[in-house]
Amino acid sequence: MSEPLHETRLVVNGVPHTVRVPARRLLADCLRADLGLTGTHLGCEHGVCGACTVLVDGRPMRSCLLFAVGVDGAEITTVEGCRAPGGGLGPVQQAFQDCHGLQCGFCTPGFVTTITAWLREHPDPTEAQAREAIGGNLCRCTGYQNIVASVLRAAELLRGSR
Amino acid sequence: MKPAAFAYHRPGTVPEALDVLAEVGHDGKVLAGGQSLVPLLNMRLAAPAHLVDVNWLAELDTVAVGDRAVRVGAVARHARVEHDRAATGAVPLLGQAIADIAHATVRNRGTVVGSLVHADPAAELPAVLVLLGGTMELASAGGGSRRVAAADFFLGPLESALRPGELATAAVFPRPPAGSGSAWTEVARRHGDYALCGVGVLVVLDQGLRVGSARAACISVGPVPVQVDLTDALGGQPHDGADWAAAGRLAAAAVDPEDDIHATAAYRRHLAGVLTARAARAAAAHAAELLDRGAA
Repeated sequence: MSEPLHETRLVVNGVPHTVRVPARRLLADCLRADLGLTGTHLGCEHGVCGACTVLVDGRPMRSCLLFAVGVDGAEITTVEGCRAPGGGLGPVQQAFQDCHGLQCGFCTPGFVTTITAWLREHPDPTEAQAREAIGGNLCRCTGYQNIVASVLRAAELLRGSR
Repeated sequence: MKPAAFAYHRPGTVPEALDVLAEVGHDGKVLAGGQSLVPLLNMRLAAPAHLVDVNWLAELDTVAVGDRAVRVGAVARHARVEHDRAATGAVPLLGQAIADIAHATVRNRGTVVGSLVHADPAAELPAVLVLLGGTMELASAGGGSRRVAAADFFLGPLESALRPGELATAAVFPRPPAGSGSAWTEVARRHGDYALCGVGVLVVLDQGLRVGSARAACISVGPVPVQVDLTDALGGQPHDGADWAAAGRLAAAAVDPEDDIHATAAYRRHLAGVLTARAARAAAAHAAELLDRGAA
């Protein structure tokens, strides 16, 4: 018995795609396997670790807790879409490099998407706010200090570019 | 760790959704925000044959602030209610408790009604609905509908009064009475994790700013939210100097927690006492502040 496929339209990082996927295809797997965008990482696959966080119509969500069919028509931003408009590192990515905000890098895509969305609404955060903002993302290497510094540095870069 | 195959339904209207739910009966499950359901599917702890995706029902994506209550439709996300100042102004306990639900990322997708129907003993909103004396609105095919009081809705861990074929269309959170204040407090291993214990308190002050009545609802210390009347400990006492510890002792005596890998029963009982005392004091201060603001 073959599983029925559902035609699903996604605009990922500005590029429209149409995929035919089984209903149970998680958005994270659709991005990685169907669209080849392997920047989105899957850690726990049950919504705890935050590595798979992408922006759905601008809002951070766990892509392991969404079915691709369930967000038919949505605009998705992955870590690949957080680059600078002209190419190269985007401000959050640059901040992670500047502050050594990553070591193994596995969790980084979820941090970059979460922070990118959050800084739009909190352009001038305190350290305590920055720490709270990343509370839903787990990192097993850094001890978070440099990630908090990266949030503050990214805010600085964004303010400088305005 | 991938979900088992299921038939996917995307009804365009509520009657259509109810027809599908009636047809699939026990084999069907409603998919709203999915922040609790999809982990269960991913780990194959649940494998329903049919999923009925209600996220497309725009008519249920509502937050209505009325004279007597805030009515939250089945598809309204936690984040929407959390940032709706009219809603959290009318029922402050909603905003106070939602801030402690998981993380912002989860609140962007998870729904208020979905959290209620899931009936997790560690979830905040069932306690909020119980404490406010709220109501669930349930619909079924053929125009059937019924309202179930919060006190009758939560039956056990992950068990509500919702029947197969029914859809919870809304939750109604009544405005607390004049002179009241509320607070929510909880302790988790890490911020955003399930609470080891959480307590909401609603205090009503009289005109002399003394405690008229006070009630608590505690989570993670029983199969459903545990309601505790604190009036015996606090009644008649000043809003800024009541015997909060006595209120805590009442709560600690009322709950019946169990040991698990996260905390012992004794520790959870201790938390119920400490958090109730803390929330009662904060709720009384909140009530006084609201009265002060109203008088100004």
